[in-house]
Amino acid sequence: MSELNTLIGQPWRKPSFIKRPWLRWALVLGAIAYLIAAYMTIEVNWSRVYEGLERGKKFVLAFTSPDFTTRSSDIYEGMLESIIMTVASSVVGIAISIPIALGAARNVAPLPVYLICRSIIAISRALQEIIVAILLVAIFGFGPLAGFLTLSFATIGFLSKLLAEDIESMDRVQAEAIKASGARWTQWINYGVQPQVMPRLIGLSMYRLDINFRESAILGLVGAGGIGATLNTAFDRYEYDTAAAILLIIILIVMALEYLSGVIRARVQ
Amino acid sequence: MPVKDLEGRAIWQRRTSRESLAHWVMWLIGVAVFAYCWQQISASTTWFFVWDAPRIAGDIWTRATPPRWEYITQLGKPIWDTLNIATLGTIISLILAVPVAFLAARNTTPSRLFIRPIALLIIVSTRSINSLIWALLLIAIIGPGVFAGVIAIAIRSIGFCAKLLYEAIEEIDETQVEAITATGASRWQVMAYGIVPQIMPAFAGIAVFRWDINIRESTVLGLVGAGGIGLQLSSSLNVLAWPQVSLILLVILAAVVISEWVSAKVRGAII
Repeated sequence: MSELNTLIGQPWRKPSFIKRPWLRWALVLGAIAYLIAAYMTIEVNWSRVYEGLERGKKFVLAFTSPDFTTRSSDIYEGMLESIIMTVASSVVGIAISIPIALGAARNVAPLPVYLICRSIIAISRALQEIIVAILLVAIFGFGPLAGFLTLSFATIGFLSKLLAEDIESMDRVQAEAIKASGARWTQWINYGVQPQVMPRLIGLSMYRLDINFRESAILGLVGAGGIGATLNTAFDRYEYDTAAAILLIIILIVMALEYLSGVIRARVQ
Repeated sequence: MPVKDLEGRAIWQRRTSRESLAHWVMWLIGVAVFAYCWQQISASTTWFFVWDAPRIAGDIWTRATPPRWEYITQLGKPIWDTLNIATLGTIISLILAVPVAFLAARNTTPSRLFIRPIALLIIVSTRSINSLIWALLLIAIIGPGVFAGVIAIAIRSIGFCAKLLYEAIEEIDETQVEAITATGASRWQVMAYGIVPQIMPAFAGIAVFRWDINIRESTVLGLVGAGGIGLQLSSSLNVLAWPQVSLILLVILAAVVISEWVSAKVRGAII
């Protein structure tokens, strides 16, 4: 009660996000010091920026008159290659992810398998797609095969991790009921576990398809196939209207994929 | 539930025969599409190089080990630049993402018919274009360097942050907002006391999450000339200095692991 009495009559103040005052001030001061230090290291050549603004304006204006025709065959081939890489790598990546996800779920897999699968996931997630692509291009040569392998590898880290988490948080009662009916391990997975995680698997797969398409657009920068090569050439030649056309197609396809995945997810859930 | 009659015994089936036929056709189409894709990839692959791959991989491995440890003294500045690109980029993108998120959320947008679609378009278009492409574009406009990297990361992150944030805004508890409105608060006061406290944890979580992703993305921005450690990576690759490449990859891996650890700790503390 004494605490309340001291508070009566004082105006209310919004409670701070971080309660301990010293920690709050230390964080604020540290952040300011860091921001100043970071700002100092960035050299901005304002006259260069000023010169560039003209080109920037040209690029923005290019979006109002994108040029689909001049390089239409390049764009078509690049886009087709990107889509092919996306589809093939999503299928293979998802197919590999499912057993790895089962192995990485602690309630399904024994400890040694769990550790192996978790480390595969960790490696796949820690390596940036572009870096993997550079290495794979060096090993397998230029072309969509390197891109396909890169995207499949990246899919494993993403999908297995999220799927494994879903398997770990499933309802054990249903799975146990299947086990109690005398099911084998494969039957247990098929009838006890799979139906529970299926909606999540479909949703994640659609999302990954979306990501793979977006990533496939940049793999061409390092020679791993797809629309990226055409885009890079367009930038190098300052053909902003072609670049704008390619970017618009990418945005449209991503929007279509997003809409499609929304429809599919609404149906399976 | 479909049941099949087999010699007087009723047998449970998962699907009716029409459903299973449809299912089968879908699978057939799927397999055909995949087969076509694989054929295309295979057609544009030089299989001679692929069969040679294990030897080349082994060759690269022998060249790249051991890493050239003394090169690490030259990596301090690039890694500091990388950190700055990620952090400043995240901060700028958050500043830009907040208004976009409020305009995109169904319950706070001023106009569902005109402004919401524009906000959603901003979200989709910044999200669908990779930061490397943004960097390419910005380098053409403002020249190579860290500054282009910061702006590329900032633009690229707007969509991600705004999308997660507007979903958080749409999920808020409306009764609290109503209570604040009932006290006669103005529009801005409702925002500050009814909505912002509810989305603050989500906001902090998103910020840290995106910062973690941005550390990864900023490590490769240098490949197209936008500053950071990727610059060292691409110059080492160009001269085939594999011992340096392996050291840089180790440094990048360490940076990614540390940033993931930091972000997990911070998120654990906030949420």
